[in-house]
Amino acid sequence: MEPLHRRLGMTDAEYEAVLGELDRAPTDLELAMYSVMWSEHCSYKSSRRYLRRFPTAAPWVLVGPGEGAGVVDVGDSIAIAVRIESHNHPSAVEPYQGAATGVGGIIRDIFSMGARPIALMDPLRFGDLTDARTRYLFEGVVAGISGYGNAVGVPTVGGEVVFDDAYRGNPLVNVLCLGVLPKERLVLARAEGVGNLAVLLGASTGRDGIGGASVLASAGFEEGSEQKRPSVQVGDPFEEKKLIEACLALLDAGLAVGVQDLGAAGLSCAASETAAKAGVGMDVDVARVKHREPGMTPVEIMTSESQERMLAIVRPEDLAEVMALCDRWEITASVVGRVTATGRFRVYEGLFDATGVPGANPAPPTGDGPVALSSDAAALADVPAGSLGDGPDYDRPVTRPPGQDRRVADDPWPELHRRFPAGTDLSGELLALLATPTIADKSWISRQYDHQLFLNTVIGPGGDAAVLRVKGTRNALALSTDCNGRYCALEPAIGARLAVLEAARNVSCSGARPIALVNCLNFGNPEHPEVMWQFAEVVDGMSAACEQLQIPVIGGNVSFYNESRGSDIPPTPVVGVIGLVENLTAVPPSVPLAPGCRIVVLGATRAELGGSEWAVRHGLVNGRPPAADVATAAALHDVVRALVADRAVASVHDCSEGGLAVALAEMAIQGETGFRVDLGNVAGDDIDVVAACFSESASRVVVAVEPARLAEVTRRAGEGGVPVMEIGGSGGDRLIAEGAFDLSLADATHAWRDAIPNALGVATSS
Amino acid sequence: MSVRIGVVVFPGTNCELDVLEGVERVGASGELLWHADADLHGVDAVVVPGGFAHGDYLRTGAIARFSPIMDSVRAFADAGGPVVGICNGFQVLTEAGLLPGALQKNAGLKFLCETATLRVETAASALTLLARPGDELRIPINHFEGNYVCDPATLERLRADERIVLRYVDNPNGSLDDIAGICSEGRNVVGLMPHPERASDTLLGSTDGVVLLRSLVAAAVADLAATG
Repeated sequence: MEPLHRRLGMTDAEYEAVLGELDRAPTDLELAMYSVMWSEHCSYKSSRRYLRRFPTAAPWVLVGPGEGAGVVDVGDSIAIAVRIESHNHPSAVEPYQGAATGVGGIIRDIFSMGARPIALMDPLRFGDLTDARTRYLFEGVVAGISGYGNAVGVPTVGGEVVFDDAYRGNPLVNVLCLGVLPKERLVLARAEGVGNLAVLLGASTGRDGIGGASVLASAGFEEGSEQKRPSVQVGDPFEEKKLIEACLALLDAGLAVGVQDLGAAGLSCAASETAAKAGVGMDVDVARVKHREPGMTPVEIMTSESQERMLAIVRPEDLAEVMALCDRWEITASVVGRVTATGRFRVYEGLFDATGVPGANPAPPTGDGPVALSSDAAALADVPAGSLGDGPDYDRPVTRPPGQDRRVADDPWPELHRRFPAGTDLSGELLALLATPTIADKSWISRQYDHQLFLNTVIGPGGDAAVLRVKGTRNALALSTDCNGRYCALEPAIGARLAVLEAARNVSCSGARPIALVNCLNFGNPEHPEVMWQFAEVVDGMSAACEQLQIPVIGGNVSFYNESRGSDIPPTPVVGVIGLVENLTAVPPSVPLAPGCRIVVLGATRAELGGSEWAVRHGLVNGRPPAADVATAAALHDVVRALVADRAVASVHDCSEGGLAVALAEMAIQGETGFRVDLGNVAGDDIDVVAACFSESASRVVVAVEPARLAEVTRRAGEGGVPVMEIGGSGGDRLIAEGAFDLSLADATHAWRDAIPNALGVATSS
Repeated sequence: MSVRIGVVVFPGTNCELDVLEGVERVGASGELLWHADADLHGVDAVVVPGGFAHGDYLRTGAIARFSPIMDSVRAFADAGGPVVGICNGFQVLTEAGLLPGALQKNAGLKFLCETATLRVETAASALTLLARPGDELRIPINHFEGNYVCDPATLERLRADERIVLRYVDNPNGSLDDIAGICSEGRNVVGLMPHPERASDTLLGSTDGVVLLRSLVAAAVADLAATG
C-alpha cells in the first residue's frame, strides 16, 4: 500500500518538510491537516510568488488580499467587502450542490468581515449546449445558484455565461459576492486575546466534503468522477441565513473579537489561521464539536468541510450572551477551542467543558460515550500554529508552448475576407451570431435568480454592469465580471489586459469610476510548464493594466487543475471590477436603444478578428487578439463616464463579443427600436464594412444621442482624445447597416431571445 | 402621529427591511415583529413579508404558521385589523387559514423573478382602497411557488364576493383564474404574490406599488377610526 502522505495527495518532498517542521514523524491527524492545508487550493503553493506582483494599494483600500475579503471605503462611513471564488470541480461532479455550496462559501467570506452580503455575480463557463451532459451541468448549476442564493436571501444581480467546447469536461463556476458594512463593524479573522474562546457556530459537522480541498480542487480531473461525490458538500441556505443574522448581530453587539468562516480544510484551517494571524496558539477539543453522525474520528472532524459553519472568537465573560443570541436565531453554538500563548496549534479529545474551562467533563455532545477529560491528555496534534498556513512555495517550470507563435500569426481575417468579400449580405451571419448561446439573451437564467432583494438594484442582469445603490449614501456601485478565455489562450498577457479593460469599460458605461478589482484565475494543471507560462503572462498582463488604470487588486482566488482527459482549459482569468457612481439620483442610460437618436461609435475599429466570435463560428480559432492599449482605454473610460454622468447620451453599450453588429443589435432588441447605420466609415484604419461589423477591437462604446446633443458629445469625445464617428440613427423596425445587413427587429429578437431555451428544448414564453 | 405597520420576521424571512422601507416611503412608520413574540406591540396593520420562513422546509409557510405571533395576527385580523401577506407571507396566511387556497409550484417548474402586469379587480380591500378597478400595475414577482389553487366551490365564492383583488394580465405561473392576490371575507386580510415594495422608487424602475402601500396605510387609518 502507498504511504499515507501520498494517499492524502502529498509529495515525498512535502512529507520531508513536515518532518522538518516537527522534528518527528507526524501523527495521522497532523498529516491529514498538513495535507489539506498544504494542498494547492489552500496554500497557493504554485501561484504565491506571482500574486505578489499585483498592485494592491490605494488610499481607499481598507483590507487587501489575504483576508476573507477585500474591503474598500466608499465614503459616508460605509465600506464594501468583495470576494470571488471558484467552485469548479464540485460543480462538475454534482452541479446543483457544487454551485449552491460555492454561493454559500463566498457569502460566509463576506459576512465574516462584518459586511452584510447584498449581491452575487456568477461568471460561468460550460461546454457546448449541443452536448447532453453540458445541458445537465448548466441546468443544475443555474438551479443550484437559484435555489441557494434566493433562499439565503442574497440577490444575484449579474454575471456572465460563456459556452465553449473547451470547458466541456471542466466547467467553471465562479461566484463573486459583495457586502456592505458600517466601517466600524469591520472585523478580521484574528484569535486575539489569550484565554478567549473559539465558538463553533452553525451546522453540525458531518462526513461530507472531507478532502474537498485536496481531493477535488487540487488534482487533475476526469469525466466519470462521480465517485468523488462524497467530497462535495451539501448546502443548507436556511442555516446560512440564520448564521448571517446571528453573526452580524454578534458583531453589532461587540460580542466577537474575530470571525472566520469554515471553508476548505474545515476546522483545521479556520482555527489554525485565526491563531497564526494573531500570533498566538490555540487548543481545540474535538469532543466538543457536534457531529451529525456517530463514530467520527478526530481526522474527520478536523478536516470535514460541512457547510454553514463559522468560528467566532469571544471573551469568556461574553459567552453567556453569545449563547443567548445564537439561541434566538436557532443557531447551534459550542465552545471548541481556547486561545493560548503557546504559539502551538494543538488538538485534543476531551480537554475542557462546555464553557471552555478544564474541569469535570460533562457528557460529550455527540452521544459517542464519555470521553475522559484531562488537562494532561496527550495532544492528538501539536504543531506550530503558523506552519499549517505556511505551505511550500514552488517555482514551477515555465515554458512558452511550441506552436504558440504560429497560432498567433495565423490571422483569420484573410480567410474571412476571401469567404465574405465586401458587398456580401451578412444578415444571416448576424442572425447566427445573435443565436450563439454566448451572445444570446440570458434571461432564461437571470429570471431564476432573485435580483432585486434589498431594493438596491438600479440596473440588474442584462446591463453592461449591474448598478446597485448604496443605502446610507447618495452613491451607487457598478459591478462587472469579464474574461475572454479565447483571447487568453492566444496571448495570455493581452487577454488578461483585455479582461481588465472590458470590466472597467463596462462599469464606466454606468457612469462609475473603477475603484477595485478582484480576480478568479482559472487555469489548467500547474505541473504543465505551458500552463505556468500562461499563468505568469496573465499575472503580468493583469498587473500592468491595473497599475496603469490605478485599480487596486483587493483579492483573488487561484483555481488550478482545471483539466479533463489530459486537456487543460484555456486560461480564464475572470476579473470583477467594482466602480463607484457618485450621486446617483436617476436611472443611468443603459443598453436599450432610444428611438429618434443619432448613433455614435466611440473608439477606433480595426480589422481585429483573432479569437472573435465570428471567426470561431467559421472554425478559425487562431490569430492575435485585439490590441489592448491601456492609455486609449483610460481616455475612453473617462469620456464615457462623464457623458453618462451628465446624461449627455440616451443609450450606451459596450462593444465586445460579436463586434459592432452585435452591440447595435442588442441595443435595438432591448430598446424595441430599429436603426439604420453605415459602418463603412467607422473611425480607425481604413477597413471594409465586413470587418467593421464583426471586428472585436477593444475600447469601443456605442452611444445613442439626442440630435440636439450630438455636437456636444462629438466635441467632448474629441477633447478627450477619443475617436468618434456618427454612423446613423435609431428608429423603425429594421436593423440596417448599408451594404452589410438588413434584418427585421422581430427576427433578430427571436434569434437572440430563443437561442438558449431552444438549445435546452424548453418552450419559449413568447 | 403616523400609522405604525408591523412587519413579521421569521427565521428565513428576507424582505422585512424592504417592506419597512416601502411603508416608510408612504409616510407610515414600520416596526419589526419577531415571530417568537406573541405581542404585536399595538401596531395598526401587519405585513407578513416575503422570504423563506423556516427555510420553506416541509412546505412553504407550513412551520411559520405555528409561530407564537401567528395567533396574535389571527386575533388582530378577526378584529378587522389590516393584514397583508406578500409572497411567502401570502403562503403563510393560506397555511394559517387566514386566506383560502394554497400556492403550488409554478407551472414552468422554475423560480421566476420578473416584472408582471397586474390588473386591479376591486378597490374593496385593505390593499387596493386607493386604486381603481381596471388599473394596470407593473410589479415584480419573485417566487417558485406562486401558482394559486383552490377547490371549485372556493373559487366560485371568491368570484361571487369579488375577493379576487389582483389578476395577472399575462399569467406567468399557471395560477388559477390568473389570480395574483385575494382577500378575506372581511376584506381586511389580503395575500398577493407580487412585491409592491419592489415597485416603490423611480430609481428601481417602477412606482406602481406605491398605490398599494398607500392603500394599506389608508386601511389602517380607517380601521383606527372604526375601532376608536
